[in-house]
Amino acid sequence: MGLFGALVAKLTRSQISDLDWDQAKRDLLTSDIGPTLADEVIQSAKKIKGDDARAGLISVLSQFLSDKPRSIDLASPLSVFLIVGINGTGKTTSAAKLAHYLKKDGKGVLLGAGDTFRAAAVEQLQTWGTRIGVDVISGKDQSEPASVAFDAVQHARDHHKEILIVDTAGRLHNKSDLMNELGKIKRVIEKIAPVTEVLLVLDATTGQNAITQARVFSESVAVTGLILTKTDGSAKGGFALAVEREMGVPVKFVGTGEAIEDFHPFDSAAYLEALLEE
Amino acid sequence: MFESLSSKFSAAFSSLRSRGKITSADIDQVCNEIYQGLLEADVALGVVESFIEKVKSKSLNALPTLQSGSNQAQAIFEIVNAELIEILGGQARRVRLAKNPPTVIMLAGLQGAGKTTLAGKLAKHFKDLGDTPILVASDLQRPNAVNQLQVVGESISVPVFAPEPGNGVGDPVAVAKAGVAFARSKLHNIVIVDTAGRLGVDEEMMKQASNIRDAITPDEILFVVDAMIGQDAVKTAQAFKVGVGFDGVVLTKLDGDTRGGAALSIAALTGKPIMFASTGEKLGDFDLFYPERMASRILGMGDVATLAEQAKKALDGESSAKLEEKFIKGEDFTLEDFLEQLEAMSKMGSMGKLLSMLPGAGAMKKQIENFDESEIVRTKAIVQSMTPQERIEPKILNGSRRARIASGSGRKVQEVNALVDKFSAAQKMMKQMRNGGGMPAGMALPPGVPAMPAMPGMGKKPSTPPKKKSRSGNPAKRAVEENS
Ligand SMILES: Nc1nc2c(ncn2[C@@H]2O[C@H](COP(=O)(O)OP(=O)(O)OP(=O)(O)O)[C@@H](O)[C@H]2O)c(=O)[nH]1
Ligand SMILES: [Mg+2]
Repeated sequence: MGLFGALVAKLTRSQISDLDWDQAKRDLLTSDIGPTLADEVIQSAKKIKGDDARAGLISVLSQFLSDKPRSIDLASPLSVFLIVGINGTGKTTSAAKLAHYLKKDGKGVLLGAGDTFRAAAVEQLQTWGTRIGVDVISGKDQSEPASVAFDAVQHARDHHKEILIVDTAGRLHNKSDLMNELGKIKRVIEKIAPVTEVLLVLDATTGQNAITQARVFSESVAVTGLILTKTDGSAKGGFALAVEREMGVPVKFVGTGEAIEDFHPFDSAAYLEALLEE
Repeated sequence: MFESLSSKFSAAFSSLRSRGKITSADIDQVCNEIYQGLLEADVALGVVESFIEKVKSKSLNALPTLQSGSNQAQAIFEIVNAELIEILGGQARRVRLAKNPPTVIMLAGLQGAGKTTLAGKLAKHFKDLGDTPILVASDLQRPNAVNQLQVVGESISVPVFAPEPGNGVGDPVAVAKAGVAFARSKLHNIVIVDTAGRLGVDEEMMKQASNIRDAITPDEILFVVDAMIGQDAVKTAQAFKVGVGFDGVVLTKLDGDTRGGAALSIAALTGKPIMFASTGEKLGDFDLFYPERMASRILGMGDVATLAEQAKKALDGESSAKLEEKFIKGEDFTLEDFLEQLEAMSKMGSMGKLLSMLPGAGAMKKQIENFDESEIVRTKAIVQSMTPQERIEPKILNGSRRARIASGSGRKVQEVNALVDKFSAAQKMMKQMRNGGGMPAGMALPPGVPAMPAMPGMGKKPSTPPKKKSRSGNPAKRAVEENS
């Protein structure tokens, strides 16, 4: 950059007062990135030489992103996706949105109503299925979720579907019997077709507990990707960066509203920029 | 990464101890730890900052009156705890019943917060009190929300007013209004209006909520919020306060393991009381809100307030202070202390209940269920058969001493050995904690709460590292090991 450039860089650099770093840290903290990671980001960013502090921050943040592919795995002739997460994060809605997204792409998609627990959960998915023209396989009331999943995957195989998306009941990660049930659902499905994606649905308004959720769900069912919902609100979902960093699990999709089209592949650049906004 | 505040506390305090009298620099350091810990618990940044300011100035004010020694740390801990409780417990109150029934309760909150389930829980709560509640299905947005409310209502035999199918069909304002009129005509004394979830930034939907409010003039508007919410609690609570206005708060999903710092943020920012806690998927999983419990939870300390209170009652002040001082000075716990605690614990009543108040108790649930109170009695017999010297210095317990104790207490030598083993494991655990190694299995023991090492009847502690398979240097013990 030449002598002059270096000089300018140095000058600009030194103009970044402690207060600016302080503001950057506050923005990171209010994004739910967590105090430990926020400290780390600021410390590393301060060491970066260059004339643009913001670019420096972004480059530090981007180092924490997962390097796994963000596209979904469609390699198998019949791919099964399991949608998991705690209560109310947007699993059922996301299952329907994902089905719609793939159907638009010309894929043969089927939905499985694996939430046999919550009142009217099956009907909720059926309503979506009707709206988007995707069949929904469900069991009788109070039937075993694993048996519904098994029926669904059999049906998918017999009807030459390419993708089966199985919705599951919301469960808090600290309830071990419910977490074990997920493993069972997965094993039963895999008698017929591989579960190529286990998508954990995280609500962007959540705080640091989302990291624990990701950790525990990953331990019990090997989560392959995240869906970050409710990003149309004022929350930034900064915890997702901590999750990508710690577990290497990438965010694959974001939910941006309640309508079926409010669903998009994750844009990491836009996400990181938003973390630094007030 | 997620270190509980209680272990941060002990780390901070252990460095205080080594320096004797607390200085203002020490207070700064402790406040730093608290700052970090509260952020990890999801307390909003601005709330953390003003909280720390208050704690700092109160601690500095208290400084001259603090004696050197253990109670300094305890005093600061109490300042923190009291401050938390004050914010959380500001003007706690019950639902205000209308002078002219029905009492109209409107629920509002984000999507997925748990409103519909809570509506059912509230209805059940009132029904159990002898009231005649009715539910009104004004969430016409989310697919099958109406359905869900009907199923919920049916399961508790509470009628549901649901003239519209929902799924985007029908006017929620009209339904709410008609629902209240219907309730009045049928002499229901409580009406609970479920509404659609909405984001604070969604102006149209916030307007709809205020229209519902204006149509039914509720006696109570309850803001239903997921206890796991993060920093966004600030913006969301503000948006609902301005957009709809609310009189009370309900925290949901408290059966999760979140520290729930948002409770503090919302209470501090809105000044509205948190009234209820929703603690599970079953309709009976519903409780009044207890500020002390929440304070301990945010601090990552289980229900310390209750525990400390019971402990205080059980242990006379003197022995409690003695134990605390030992812990803080880094002295070893002796079997003597252990016996004292056992006696106190049997005075404290149900062990199971006591244990379940501790954080991390989820993992210990099985053991709690299998807890054998009679083992306290047996353990007590063994310790009581020891000489005072042996209790202070368990090291001297050789084979013949152990045999004597066994026959004196009417127990087997193996039982004596097992107790001594458990006890030394507990001692080790205490040492680890003291060195800032964190609390095993979340068994947070803040300063001032008597520790409970080697709880009899607990079997093997899940978190104690597996013991090395080494031959005992003690002849009697070795004989037992080799024969078993
Ligand atoms: N604004 C917004 N709302 C969403 C989004 N995704 C889901 N929701 C809403 O969140 C609420 C809960 O969504 P569900 O799909 O029922 O959530 P769930 O995880 O299946 O819930 P349970 O099965 O009860 O655990 C509904 O009101 C959805 O419309 C999103 O991306 N943005
Ligand atoms: Mg669902």
